[in-house]
Amino acid sequence: MSDVPTYEHPDVVLCPGGPMLLRGKHVIEDSSGELHETTRRVTALCRCDKSARKPWCDGTHKLLPEKLAPS
Amino acid sequence: MMLPKPRGPLSAAVFESMRVIPAEPVARAHPGADGPEDAAVTLWALYELAYRGFDDVDETAEWDPELLAVRRGLEVELEGRLRSRWDAYRSDHERNDDFGEDLFAFVAAHDGRSLARFVQTEADEQQVLDLLRLRSVYHLKESDPTAWVVPRLPTASKAALMELQYDEYGSGDPNRVHSHLFARGLEAIGLRAEYGAYLDDVPLEILEQNNAMSLMGLHRRLRGAALGHLAAFEATSSLPSRQLSQGLQRLGMAPEMSAYYDEHVEADAVHEQLAVRAICGELVAVEPEVTDDVYFGAFTCLDLEDRLARLLLERWQVAS
Ligand code: FES
Ligand SMILES: [Fe+2]
Ligand SMILES: [Fe+2]
Repeated sequence: MSDVPTYEHPDVVLCPGGPMLLRGKHVIEDSSGELHETTRRVTALCRCDKSARKPWCDGTHKLLPEKLAPS
Repeated sequence: MMLPKPRGPLSAAVFESMRVIPAEPVARAHPGADGPEDAAVTLWALYELAYRGFDDVDETAEWDPELLAVRRGLEVELEGRLRSRWDAYRSDHERNDDFGEDLFAFVAAHDGRSLARFVQTEADEQQVLDLLRLRSVYHLKESDPTAWVVPRLPTASKAALMELQYDEYGSGDPNRVHSHLFARGLEAIGLRAEYGAYLDDVPLEILEQNNAMSLMGLHRRLRGAALGHLAAFEATSSLPSRQLSQGLQRLGMAPEMSAYYDEHVEADAVHEQLAVRAICGELVAVEPEVTDDVYFGAFTCLDLEDRLARLLLERWQVAS
Protein backbone atom coordinates (compact mmCIF):
# COMPACT_ATOMS: atom_id res chain seq x y z
CA MET A 1 0.00 0.00 0.00
CA SER A 2 1.14 3.50 -0.78
CA ASP A 3 2.01 5.87 2.05
CA VAL A 4 1.07 8.80 -0.12
CA PRO A 5 -2.63 9.30 0.51
CA THR A 6 -5.40 10.08 -1.93
CA TYR A 7 -7.60 12.82 -0.47
CA GLU A 8 -11.34 13.10 -0.68
CA HIS A 9 -12.32 16.27 -2.51
CA PRO A 10 -16.06 16.21 -3.14
CA ASP A 11 -17.79 18.68 -5.46
CA VAL A 12 -20.75 19.02 -3.12
CA VAL A 13 -20.32 19.39 0.64
CA LEU A 14 -23.21 19.67 3.09
CA CYS A 15 -21.94 21.74 6.01
CA PRO A 16 -23.55 20.73 9.31
CA GLY A 17 -25.96 23.48 10.35
CA GLY A 18 -25.00 25.57 7.34
CA PRO A 19 -24.85 25.85 3.57
CA MET A 20 -24.06 23.46 0.76
CA LEU A 21 -20.67 24.12 -0.76
CA LEU A 22 -20.49 23.67 -4.50
CA ARG A 23 -17.19 23.41 -6.31
CA GLY A 24 -16.98 24.43 -9.94
CA LYS A 25 -19.18 26.36 -12.32
CA HIS A 26 -22.91 25.82 -12.02
CA VAL A 27 -26.18 27.37 -13.04
CA ILE A 28 -28.81 27.12 -10.32
CA GLU A 29 -32.51 27.38 -10.93
CA ASP A 30 -34.28 28.67 -7.82
CA SER A 31 -37.79 27.73 -6.74
CA SER A 32 -39.32 30.56 -8.77
CA GLY A 33 -37.57 29.36 -11.92
CA GLU A 34 -34.96 32.09 -11.98
CA LEU A 35 -31.42 31.13 -13.04
CA HIS A 36 -28.28 32.08 -11.07
CA GLU A 37 -24.75 31.45 -12.26
CA THR A 38 -21.94 30.81 -9.79
CA THR A 39 -19.09 33.32 -9.98
CA ARG A 40 -16.46 31.81 -7.71
CA ARG A 41 -14.69 28.47 -7.61
CA VAL A 42 -16.44 27.48 -4.40
CA THR A 43 -19.95 28.73 -3.71
CA ALA A 44 -22.13 28.44 -0.60
CA LEU A 45 -25.79 27.70 -1.35
CA CYS A 46 -28.33 28.47 1.35
CA ARG A 47 -29.96 25.41 2.90
CA CYS A 48 -31.80 27.13 5.74
CA ASP A 49 -34.03 29.12 3.40
CA LYS A 50 -33.54 32.31 5.43
CA SER A 51 -30.75 33.99 3.48
CA ALA A 52 -31.42 37.51 2.21
CA ARG A 53 -29.34 36.74 -0.89
CA LYS A 54 -30.84 33.45 -1.98
CA PRO A 55 -29.81 31.15 -3.51
CA TRP A 56 -26.49 32.08 -1.86
CA CYS A 57 -25.77 31.66 1.85
CA ASP A 58 -25.24 34.95 3.68
CA GLY A 59 -24.51 33.55 7.13
CA THR A 60 -28.06 33.98 8.44
CA HIS A 61 -28.21 30.28 9.37
CA LYS A 62 -26.03 31.16 12.37
CA LEU A 63 -28.82 33.25 13.87
CA LEU A 64 -31.38 30.45 13.77
CA PRO A 65 -32.39 28.34 16.74
CA GLU A 66 -30.93 24.86 16.49
CA LYS A 67 -34.14 23.21 15.37
CA LEU A 68 -34.41 25.49 12.33
CA ALA A 69 -30.80 25.03 11.27
CA PRO A 70 -30.15 22.61 8.40
CA SER A 71 -28.79 19.25 9.51
CA MET B 1 4.82 54.66 0.88
CA MET B 2 7.20 56.69 3.01
CA LEU B 3 8.14 55.73 6.55
CA PRO B 4 5.41 56.69 9.03
CA LYS B 5 5.87 59.37 11.68
CA PRO B 6 7.78 58.17 14.72
CA ARG B 7 5.75 57.96 17.93
CA GLY B 8 8.60 58.02 20.45
CA PRO B 9 12.35 57.54 20.88
CA LEU B 10 12.51 53.93 19.71
CA SER B 11 10.63 54.50 16.45
CA ALA B 12 12.60 57.71 15.85
CA ALA B 13 15.91 55.87 16.23
CA VAL B 14 14.89 52.77 14.29
CA PHE B 15 13.45 54.79 11.39
CA GLU B 16 16.69 56.77 11.29
CA SER B 17 18.65 53.49 11.15
CA MET B 18 16.44 52.32 8.28
CA ARG B 19 17.08 55.50 6.34
CA VAL B 20 20.89 55.29 6.52
CA ILE B 21 21.09 51.72 5.21
CA PRO B 22 23.22 50.84 3.28
CA ALA B 23 25.47 53.94 3.44
CA GLU B 24 26.16 53.64 7.16
CA PRO B 25 26.16 50.71 9.57
CA VAL B 26 23.02 50.41 11.67
CA ALA B 27 23.39 51.44 15.30
CA ARG B 28 24.08 48.55 17.64
CA ALA B 29 21.80 49.88 20.30
CA HIS B 30 18.43 51.56 20.08
CA PRO B 31 16.65 53.29 22.96
CA GLY B 32 13.72 51.58 24.66
CA ALA B 33 10.16 52.37 23.64
CA ASP B 34 8.50 55.05 25.73
CA GLY B 35 5.08 53.48 25.43
CA PRO B 36 3.01 50.93 23.56
CA GLU B 37 2.42 53.12 20.49
CA ASP B 38 6.13 53.74 20.06
CA ALA B 39 6.74 49.98 20.20
CA ALA B 40 3.82 49.14 17.93
CA VAL B 41 4.61 51.60 15.14
CA THR B 42 8.24 50.44 15.19
CA LEU B 43 7.19 46.81 14.85
CA TRP B 44 4.67 47.70 12.16
CA ALA B 45 7.37 49.41 10.10
CA LEU B 46 9.84 46.56 10.62
CA TYR B 47 7.21 44.13 9.35
CA GLU B 48 6.36 46.37 6.43
CA LEU B 49 9.88 45.78 5.12
CA ALA B 50 8.69 42.24 4.29
CA TYR B 51 5.57 43.44 2.42
CA ARG B 52 5.92 46.45 0.15
CA GLY B 53 8.70 48.36 1.90
CA PHE B 54 9.15 52.14 1.98
CA ASP B 55 10.25 54.56 -0.71
CA ASP B 56 12.78 56.08 1.69
CA VAL B 57 14.32 52.79 2.89
CA ASP B 58 16.78 50.62 1.00
CA GLU B 59 15.47 47.11 0.35
CA THR B 60 18.39 45.44 2.10
CA ALA B 61 17.01 46.74 5.42
CA GLU B 62 14.59 43.79 5.50
CA TRP B 63 17.34 41.36 6.55
CA ASP B 64 19.59 43.68 8.52
CA PRO B 65 20.63 41.75 11.64
CA GLU B 66 20.42 44.75 13.99
CA LEU B 67 16.92 45.61 12.80
CA LEU B 68 15.91 41.96 13.06
CA ALA B 69 17.12 41.98 16.66
CA VAL B 70 14.90 44.97 17.44
CA ARG B 71 11.98 43.25 15.72
CA ARG B 72 12.51 40.06 17.69
CA GLY B 73 12.50 41.92 21.00
CA LEU B 74 9.24 43.66 20.13
CA GLU B 75 7.68 40.41 18.91
CA VAL B 76 8.49 38.55 22.11
CA GLU B 77 6.83 41.30 24.08
CA LEU B 78 3.75 41.37 21.80
CA GLU B 79 3.29 37.60 21.78
CA GLY B 80 3.67 37.48 25.55
CA ARG B 81 0.96 40.10 25.96
CA LEU B 82 -1.41 38.36 23.52
CA ARG B 83 -0.84 35.00 25.21
CA SER B 84 -1.50 36.37 28.66
CA ARG B 85 -4.87 37.71 27.46
CA TRP B 86 -5.62 34.27 26.03
CA ASP B 87 -4.58 32.57 29.26
CA ALA B 88 -6.98 34.77 31.20
CA TYR B 89 -9.88 33.87 28.87
CA ARG B 90 -9.30 30.28 27.87
CA SER B 91 -10.56 28.45 30.94
CA ASP B 92 -14.23 28.88 30.17
CA HIS B 93 -14.55 27.14 26.86
CA GLU B 94 -15.24 23.47 26.45
CA ARG B 95 -14.52 21.22 23.52
CA ASN B 96 -16.38 18.19 22.25
CA ASP B 97 -15.16 15.92 19.52
CA ASP B 98 -16.16 17.73 16.35
CA PHE B 99 -13.39 20.24 15.73
CA GLY B 100 -15.37 22.36 13.24
CA GLU B 101 -18.45 22.64 15.44
CA ASP B 102 -16.28 23.46 18.44
CA LEU B 103 -14.40 26.22 16.69
CA PHE B 104 -17.60 27.77 15.30
CA ALA B 105 -19.13 27.59 18.78
CA PHE B 106 -16.04 29.14 20.36
CA VAL B 107 -16.21 32.08 17.95
CA ALA B 108 -19.95 32.51 18.49
CA ALA B 109 -19.52 32.47 22.27
CA HIS B 110 -17.08 35.38 22.29
CA ASP B 111 -19.23 38.32 23.12
CA GLY B 112 -17.52 41.39 21.68
CA ARG B 113 -18.88 44.85 20.87
CA SER B 114 -19.97 45.31 17.27
CA LEU B 115 -18.95 48.24 15.11
CA ALA B 116 -20.99 46.86 12.18
CA ARG B 117 -24.26 47.04 14.09
CA PHE B 118 -23.57 50.66 14.99
CA VAL B 119 -22.72 51.53 11.39
CA GLN B 120 -25.86 49.77 10.19
CA THR B 121 -28.26 51.78 12.31
CA GLU B 122 -26.69 54.87 13.86
CA ALA B 123 -23.29 56.03 12.63
CA ASP B 124 -23.01 59.32 10.79
CA GLU B 125 -20.93 59.80 7.68
CA GLN B 126 -17.87 61.12 9.54
CA GLN B 127 -17.83 58.11 11.82
CA VAL B 128 -18.02 55.73 8.88
CA LEU B 129 -15.16 57.58 7.16
CA ASP B 130 -13.15 57.35 10.39
CA LEU B 131 -13.68 53.63 10.50
CA LEU B 132 -12.79 53.10 6.83
CA ARG B 133 -9.52 55.02 7.27
CA LEU B 134 -8.56 52.70 10.10
CA ARG B 135 -9.67 49.59 8.24
CA SER B 136 -7.63 50.61 5.20
CA VAL B 137 -4.37 49.64 6.90
CA TYR B 138 -5.39 46.02 6.73
CA HIS B 139 -7.79 45.87 3.80
CA LEU B 140 -5.22 47.33 1.40
CA LYS B 141 -3.06 44.29 2.15
CA GLU B 142 -5.98 41.97 2.68
CA SER B 143 -4.95 38.30 2.92
CA ASP B 144 -1.25 39.05 2.53
CA PRO B 145 -0.29 38.08 6.11
CA THR B 146 -1.94 34.68 5.59
CA ALA B 147 -0.11 34.09 2.32
CA TRP B 148 3.13 33.58 4.28
CA VAL B 149 1.64 30.45 5.86
CA VAL B 150 1.07 28.41 2.67
CA PRO B 151 4.41 26.55 2.38
CA ARG B 152 4.27 25.53 6.05
CA LEU B 153 1.14 23.41 5.82
CA PRO B 154 0.39 19.75 5.24
CA THR B 155 -1.18 18.97 1.86
CA ALA B 156 -4.93 19.05 2.51
CA SER B 157 -4.78 22.18 4.64
CA LYS B 158 -2.56 23.89 2.08
CA ALA B 159 -4.93 23.08 -0.81
CA ALA B 160 -7.88 24.40 1.19
CA LEU B 161 -6.06 27.61 2.08
CA MET B 162 -5.26 28.17 -1.59
CA GLU B 163 -8.90 27.59 -2.48
CA LEU B 164 -9.77 30.47 -0.13
CA GLN B 165 -6.85 32.71 -1.05
CA TYR B 166 -7.57 32.28 -4.76
CA ASP B 167 -10.91 33.94 -4.12
CA GLU B 168 -9.34 36.71 -1.96
CA TYR B 169 -6.91 37.41 -4.78
CA GLY B 170 -9.68 37.74 -7.34
CA SER B 171 -9.46 34.26 -8.91
CA GLY B 172 -6.74 35.60 -11.16
CA ASP B 173 -8.63 38.77 -12.14
CA PRO B 174 -6.82 41.85 -10.72
CA ASN B 175 -10.07 43.81 -10.72
CA ARG B 176 -11.59 41.37 -8.25
CA VAL B 177 -8.67 41.22 -5.80
CA HIS B 178 -10.26 42.13 -2.48
CA SER B 179 -7.64 44.73 -1.57
CA HIS B 180 -8.30 46.32 -4.95
CA LEU B 181 -12.07 46.34 -4.41
CA PHE B 182 -11.42 48.16 -1.15
CA ALA B 183 -9.09 50.67 -2.85
CA ARG B 184 -11.86 51.35 -5.37
CA GLY B 185 -14.29 51.87 -2.52
CA LEU B 186 -11.93 54.30 -0.77
CA GLU B 187 -11.46 56.34 -3.90
CA ALA B 188 -15.18 56.46 -4.65
CA ILE B 189 -15.96 57.59 -1.14
CA GLY B 190 -13.39 60.39 -1.29
CA LEU B 191 -10.63 58.85 0.83
CA ARG B 192 -7.02 58.19 -0.12
CA ALA B 193 -6.51 54.77 -1.65
CA GLU B 194 -2.71 54.52 -1.52
CA TYR B 195 -1.26 51.78 0.55
CA GLY B 196 -0.59 52.94 4.12
CA ALA B 197 -2.02 56.44 3.54
CA TYR B 198 -3.60 56.71 6.99
CA LEU B 199 -0.95 54.97 9.04
CA ASP B 200 -0.04 58.14 10.94
CA ASP B 201 -3.65 58.56 12.07
CA VAL B 202 -4.37 55.10 13.39
CA PRO B 203 -4.51 54.20 17.08
CA LEU B 204 -2.55 51.53 18.88
CA GLU B 205 -5.40 49.05 18.51
CA ILE B 206 -5.10 49.09 14.70
CA LEU B 207 -1.32 48.74 14.79
CA GLU B 208 -1.69 45.76 17.11
CA GLN B 209 -4.29 44.06 14.92
CA ASN B 210 -1.94 44.31 11.98
CA ASN B 211 1.16 43.36 13.96
CA ALA B 212 -0.55 40.29 15.39
CA MET B 213 -1.39 39.07 11.88
CA SER B 214 2.17 39.63 10.66
CA LEU B 215 3.63 37.96 13.76
CA MET B 216 1.50 34.87 13.24
CA GLY B 217 2.01 34.83 9.48
CA LEU B 218 5.78 35.22 9.55
CA HIS B 219 6.62 32.58 12.15
CA ARG B 220 6.27 28.96 11.06
CA ARG B 221 5.94 28.08 14.75
CA LEU B 222 2.70 30.11 14.85
CA ARG B 223 1.02 28.54 11.78
CA GLY B 224 -1.81 27.21 13.96
CA ALA B 225 -2.44 30.65 15.40
CA ALA B 226 -2.34 32.27 11.95
CA LEU B 227 -5.01 29.91 10.65
CA GLY B 228 -7.10 30.18 13.81
CA HIS B 229 -7.01 33.95 13.35
CA LEU B 230 -8.11 33.53 9.75
CA ALA B 231 -10.97 31.24 10.78
CA ALA B 232 -12.28 33.68 13.39
CA PHE B 233 -11.94 36.58 10.98
CA GLU B 234 -13.91 34.79 8.24
CA ALA B 235 -16.50 33.46 10.70
CA THR B 236 -17.30 36.99 11.90
CA SER B 237 -17.51 38.61 8.50
CA SER B 238 -20.63 37.69 6.48
CA LEU B 239 -23.27 39.11 8.81
CA PRO B 240 -21.26 42.22 9.81
CA SER B 241 -20.44 42.87 6.15
CA ARG B 242 -24.14 42.95 5.43
CA GLN B 243 -24.68 45.42 8.28
CA LEU B 244 -21.84 47.63 7.03
CA SER B 245 -23.22 47.58 3.52
CA GLN B 246 -26.66 48.55 4.81
CA GLY B 247 -25.15 51.37 6.86
CA LEU B 248 -23.32 52.75 3.82
CA GLN B 249 -26.53 52.60 1.81
CA ARG B 250 -28.51 54.24 4.59
CA LEU B 251 -26.09 57.17 4.44
CA GLY B 252 -26.13 57.26 0.64
CA MET B 253 -22.38 56.66 0.47
CA ALA B 254 -20.56 55.45 -2.66
CA PRO B 255 -21.88 52.12 -3.98
CA GLU B 256 -18.32 50.93 -4.71
CA MET B 257 -17.73 50.66 -0.98
CA SER B 258 -21.00 48.80 -0.38
CA ALA B 259 -19.95 46.51 -3.22
CA TYR B 260 -16.81 45.59 -1.30
CA TYR B 261 -18.91 44.57 1.69
CA ASP B 262 -21.55 42.85 -0.44
CA GLU B 263 -18.82 40.74 -1.98
CA HIS B 264 -17.78 39.75 1.55
CA VAL B 265 -21.27 38.68 2.56
CA GLU B 266 -21.18 35.94 -0.06
CA ALA B 267 -17.46 35.23 -0.19
CA ASP B 268 -17.05 34.88 3.54
CA ALA B 269 -20.07 32.59 3.84
CA VAL B 270 -17.87 30.24 1.80
CA HIS B 271 -14.60 31.21 3.43
CA GLU B 272 -15.75 30.56 6.97
CA GLN B 273 -16.67 26.99 6.08
CA LEU B 274 -13.37 26.44 4.31
CA ALA B 275 -11.32 28.12 7.03
CA VAL B 276 -12.88 26.33 9.98
CA ARG B 277 -13.55 22.86 8.60
CA ALA B 278 -10.96 22.39 5.88
CA ILE B 279 -8.02 24.73 6.53
CA CYS B 280 -7.87 24.47 10.33
CA GLY B 281 -9.56 21.06 10.47
CA GLU B 282 -7.06 19.43 8.14
CA LEU B 283 -4.16 21.11 9.90
CA VAL B 284 -5.06 19.83 13.36
CA ALA B 285 -5.88 16.38 11.94
CA VAL B 286 -2.23 16.07 10.92
CA GLU B 287 -0.63 18.25 13.61
CA PRO B 288 -2.85 18.00 16.69
CA GLU B 289 -0.15 19.72 18.75
CA VAL B 290 -1.07 23.09 17.21
CA THR B 291 -4.77 22.85 18.19
CA ASP B 292 -4.35 25.13 21.18
CA ASP B 293 -2.61 27.70 19.01
CA VAL B 294 -5.54 27.64 16.59
CA TYR B 295 -7.72 28.75 19.49
CA PHE B 296 -5.13 31.27 20.61
CA GLY B 297 -5.17 32.82 17.13
CA ALA B 298 -8.97 32.80 16.95
CA PHE B 299 -9.23 34.44 20.36
CA THR B 300 -6.66 37.07 19.48
CA CYS B 301 -8.61 38.05 16.38
CA LEU B 302 -11.85 38.43 18.35
CA ASP B 303 -10.19 40.12 21.29
CA LEU B 304 -8.32 42.74 19.27
CA GLU B 305 -11.48 43.55 17.31
CA ASP B 306 -13.41 43.93 20.55
CA ARG B 307 -10.76 46.32 21.88
CA LEU B 308 -10.98 48.40 18.72
CA ALA B 309 -14.78 48.45 18.88
CA ARG B 310 -14.71 49.61 22.51
CA LEU B 311 -12.26 52.38 21.68
CA LEU B 312 -14.28 53.70 18.75
CA LEU B 313 -17.67 53.41 20.41
CA GLU B 314 -16.30 55.27 23.39
CA ARG B 315 -14.74 57.90 21.15
CA TRP B 316 -18.12 58.29 19.47
CA GLN B 317 -19.76 58.37 22.91
CA VAL B 318 -22.03 55.45 22.29
CA ALA B 319 -23.53 54.05 25.47
CA SER B 320 -22.75 50.39 26.00
S1 FES C 1 -27.53 28.28 4.99
FE1 FES C 1 -26.43 30.08 5.37
S2 FES C 1 -27.97 31.58 5.24
FE2 FES C 1 -29.09 29.76 4.83
FE1 LIG D 1 -11.67 39.35 1.50
FE1 LIG E 1 -12.65 36.12 3.16
